[in-house]
Amino acid sequence: MLLAKTIAARLILVTVLCTALVFALVLGVVDYRSQAIVEAEAAQSARHLAQASVYRVEAVLGAVTKTTEGLARTLESGEIGDQELRTLLRRSVESNPEIFGAAAAFEPAELGGPERRYAPYYFRSGDKISSMQLDETENYPLHDWYQIPRELGRAQWSEPYYDEGGSKTLMASLSVPFYSGSGEQRRIRGIVTADIALDWLTKTVDAIKVLDTGYAFLLSRNGTVITHPDAARMLNETIFSVAEARDDPAMRELGRRMIRGESGFAPYLTFKEVKSRLYYAPIPSTGWTLAIVFPEAELFADVRTLTLTVTAMGIAGLLLLAGITLRIARSLTRPLGELAAATAAISEGRFDVRLPSGNAQDEVGALSRAFRAMTIALREHIRRLVETTSAKERIEGELRVAHDIQMSILPKMLPLLPQRAEFDLHAAMVTAKEVGGDFYDFFEIDDNHLCLVIADVAGKGVPAALFMAVTKTLLKANAKAGRSAAEILGKVNDEIARDNEQSMFVTVFCGILNLKSGELVYTNAGHNPPVLMRRGAAPEWLPGKPQLVVGAMPAIGYCSSSIVLERGDRLMLYTDGVTEAVDLDGTFYGEQRLLQDVAHTSGSVRDDVAALITAVESFAAGTEPADDITVMLVEFRGPGLE
Amino acid sequence: MTRLFALLMLIGMVMLQATARAEQPPAAPLKKATLALLWLPQAQFAGYYVALDKGIYRRHGIDLTILPGGPGRSPANALRDGQADFALMWLGTALQRRAAGLPIVNVAQIVQRSSLVLVARKAAGIETVADLAGRKVGLWGDDLAVAPRAFLDRHGVTVQPVPQSETVNLFLRGGVDVASAMWYNEYHTILNAGVDADELTVFRLGSDELNIPEDGLYTLKTILARDPALVDGFVRATLEGWQEAIANPEPALDIVLARMREAKLPADRVHQKWMLSRLAEVIRPSGDDAVTGELSRSDLDALVAELQRTALLRAPIGYDDFVRPIDAAR
Repeated sequence: MLLAKTIAARLILVTVLCTALVFALVLGVVDYRSQAIVEAEAAQSARHLAQASVYRVEAVLGAVTKTTEGLARTLESGEIGDQELRTLLRRSVESNPEIFGAAAAFEPAELGGPERRYAPYYFRSGDKISSMQLDETENYPLHDWYQIPRELGRAQWSEPYYDEGGSKTLMASLSVPFYSGSGEQRRIRGIVTADIALDWLTKTVDAIKVLDTGYAFLLSRNGTVITHPDAARMLNETIFSVAEARDDPAMRELGRRMIRGESGFAPYLTFKEVKSRLYYAPIPSTGWTLAIVFPEAELFADVRTLTLTVTAMGIAGLLLLAGITLRIARSLTRPLGELAAATAAISEGRFDVRLPSGNAQDEVGALSRAFRAMTIALREHIRRLVETTSAKERIEGELRVAHDIQMSILPKMLPLLPQRAEFDLHAAMVTAKEVGGDFYDFFEIDDNHLCLVIADVAGKGVPAALFMAVTKTLLKANAKAGRSAAEILGKVNDEIARDNEQSMFVTVFCGILNLKSGELVYTNAGHNPPVLMRRGAAPEWLPGKPQLVVGAMPAIGYCSSSIVLERGDRLMLYTDGVTEAVDLDGTFYGEQRLLQDVAHTSGSVRDDVAALITAVESFAAGTEPADDITVMLVEFRGPGLE
Repeated sequence: MTRLFALLMLIGMVMLQATARAEQPPAAPLKKATLALLWLPQAQFAGYYVALDKGIYRRHGIDLTILPGGPGRSPANALRDGQADFALMWLGTALQRRAAGLPIVNVAQIVQRSSLVLVARKAAGIETVADLAGRKVGLWGDDLAVAPRAFLDRHGVTVQPVPQSETVNLFLRGGVDVASAMWYNEYHTILNAGVDADELTVFRLGSDELNIPEDGLYTLKTILARDPALVDGFVRATLEGWQEAIANPEPALDIVLARMREAKLPADRVHQKWMLSRLAEVIRPSGDDAVTGELSRSDLDALVAELQRTALLRAPIGYDDFVRPIDAAR
C-alpha cells in the first residue's frame, strides 16, 4: 500500500483503525444492551397490557359462566316443568346482555329413547327474544357443544365459530352439563349452553394497538386464528398451518406453548413476515391465547436512531481525528523530508542548500538545529581539508623534485666506465618515501683504484636525504688517491661530527678495490656486512670488525681490512632495507634468507640485482615499504686481457 | 423479423382455431347434468372442480352442475330423488344402497384405497392395537364405521364406541382416546391443532385382505340406459380433470379454495394442499401417471364378503351387475 509507506499514513492508519475498533466495540455493546433493556421493558409493558385485556375478557366470560353454571345447578336442583325451564332460559338471555342465546338440551336416554330429542333455545332476534327447538334443526347429541362437555363431564367453551344464522357474528358457546342423582346414581340429564357473540371480544383485541403497527390477535385452543387484523386469516388458519406453510418448526413450537396455556415473550415472524416480538398469555377460562405483536423495527426504533446518531458522530470524530493526526504527522515529517532532501544535496556537495528553519522546541527542531550546526562544521572542515590537501600536494610535488634530485646525484649505471673491463657493477635503489637516506657511490680514485660506497643515514625523509647528500659529497671530496678507506671515513666523520647539532649519523661501508691486484681494502662503519661470493663457492659474509657509525662522535679512529678478489668473485653490498623487510606475518627477510637467495644467482650483475630486489619486494608484498632498499653488486674480472 | 414471426403466429392461431372448431360436432347442444358430491367443497373433489372450471366437461359436451354435499345431505338420495344424475359415493355406501333397492351402477372408481385411520394419543398409553381394548373410540356413523369395525373385529378388540361428529375437537379435548380420521383430512387437522406426529399412534385400516376403495362415481341404471354417451363423456372428463389436478396441484388448489371461499368455508391452503397430495396417493396407488378409474374385482368381492359377514349386506352383489367397466367409457 503506497499510503502506508509514509510515517503520516501509518500514523493515521493505526490511530484511526484502533479508535474505530474501540468505538465499534463500545457501540456494539451499547446497542446490544440497549436492545435488551428495550426488550425487557417491552415485555414488561406487554405483560401489563395483556393482563389488563385478559382481565376485561375474563370479567365478561366470568359473568356468562356464572349465569350458565347457575342455570345448570337450578336444573339439577329438582324437577322443573317445561314452562319453568323456558322462563329460566328467556330470563337468562334477557338479563345478561353478553348472552346471545341459551339452550337446554336433554340427553336422549333421559327423554326415554335414543332417538328422542328435546332442546328449547332462546335467543336475541333484534330487540326481541325469540325461541326455537334445536332438536328440530340438528341432531344435537353429535355436536361438539353437546358432546364434548358430556364426555368430559365438565363445562367447556367451544371453539369460536361464525354464526351463519341469526347473529352473523363470531360466536362461542359455553356448555355446562347437568346431572341427576349423586354418587353411583349420578346420571347426565343434559347440557345447558349459552352462546355469546364475540364482536365485543374482537373489538377489545382490535383496540390493542402497540407502537405504530403492532397489534394483538387471539388463538383458540386448536391454534385457530380467532381475531386478526387480516380478516382472511380469521377462522381459516391455525398457527400450525402457517408454520407448516413456512416450514418453520420454531413457530410450531411457539404455537404449542401458546395452546398449552403458557405465557412468554418470543421472537416472531408475522404472517406478513415482519420480524417482531410476540407476547402471549392465556385467557384461562376458555383456554384461548391472547398474543401481542411488537414489530421489531418499531420496538427498537429509538435504539436504532441512537445507534445511528452515535455512529454518525463516531465517523465524524474519526474523520476529525484522521485530519488532526495528518496535520501533526505532516508538521513532524515535513522538516524530516526537507532534511532528507538537504542531506541528499549536501552529499552532492551543494552546501548552499536551504535548511528547514528548526524553530520548533521539539525533537525535530533540535534535529534541525543539530543538522544546521553539522553542516556549518562540515563546511569548515572541508575548507580546511582543501587547504591541507593543497599544501600537501605542494609538498609532495617538492618531494618528487627532491627525489629526482637525489636520484640524479647517484652515479649513473650506464654506460659504466666502458673502457674498464676489470670489473662489472650494478646498483639499484628503491626508496620507501619520496626521498630516502640510503645511497651508494662508486668512482675511480685513480686509474687503478675504484671506490665503492654504500651508506644508510639514520632516519628517513627530507632530513635523511639532505644528510645523505652531505655525506656523499664529503665522501667523494675526501676519497683521494693514496688514502685508505679508514682514512677517508675518519675525515668524513670528523667533518660531520663537528657541527652535528641534529646528532644524525650514517652507517657506511667504504671499500677501495685495486683493479689490478683485486685487493679490496675496506672499512665498515656500522653497516650491514656485505656478502662475498667467491667464484664457485657458497656466499659468505665479508669478514671485518664492525666499527662505529659515521657522525656519532668526532675523532674516531677507523681501521681497514683487506681481502683479495679473484677473477669472477663478486661482492654484494646492501642496506638494512633488505634484511629488515617484513612480510605480512611480521617475519624479517633476514640475513640467512639473503645468503640463500644470493646463492642461486648466476646471471649478470644487473639481473642478479634486479632478482634480489624482486625477491625482497615479493617477500614484503602487501606491507607498507618501511625502509629504502639499496643493493650494489660488483664482480671482479681482473686486469684486462690486453 | 419480429413482424414476420408475429404474422406466422397469427396465421397459426387462426388455423388452430379453425381445426378446433372443425373437430367439434356441429351444433351439438351441451347436455345438462348434475353431480352430487359427498361433502362441502374441499380438495377431496379437486378433480371435478378442475374439470368443470377448465371446461373439460364442456369439451365432452356436458354442461355440469356440481351439487356440494354437507351435513344431512346424501348423494345417494340426490340420485334417488332425481336432483343429480351422478353421485360420488363410497363403495360401501353404494353397495348398501344398491342392496336396499336403489338401482345404481359404478361407472368409475376414483379413490382406489382407503384413507381411513384410527388416531390415538401415545400419552393415553396407546401404542399397539391391543392397547385399544376398552377405550373410548370416536367412530363415524353408517358405512364410515365399516372399516374401523372390521379392523377392530379382525384384531379381536372390544372398544367403547362414541359417535364422532364432524370435528376432531372431542379427541383434541381428551373426550375420547381414539378418533376416526381420514388420512387426508382429520389427521392433518389434528397435526395443525398443535399435536405432533410423534405424539400420535396411527392405525391404518386398509389392508391387503380388505382394501376398501372409497370415492366412486355412480349413476342410475335408467340414466345409463337412456344416454350411455353422456355417462362416457362424464367419466372421461372426470378422469381428465383428476389427471390435470394431480399434475398441476397449485392451480387446482386455487380453484378449490375459490369454491371454499364462495361457500364461506375456512379455506386453509396448507390443509387443502395436504389433502390433494394425499388424495393423489390413493387415486394412483401405483404411482403411475394415469388415473385409471377402474374398480378392482377382488376389492369389490372382498368388501361384499365383509359386509355380508357383518350383516350389513344380505345378498351378494356381482361385479358385472354392479360395475360398468371403465373400458366402456374408453
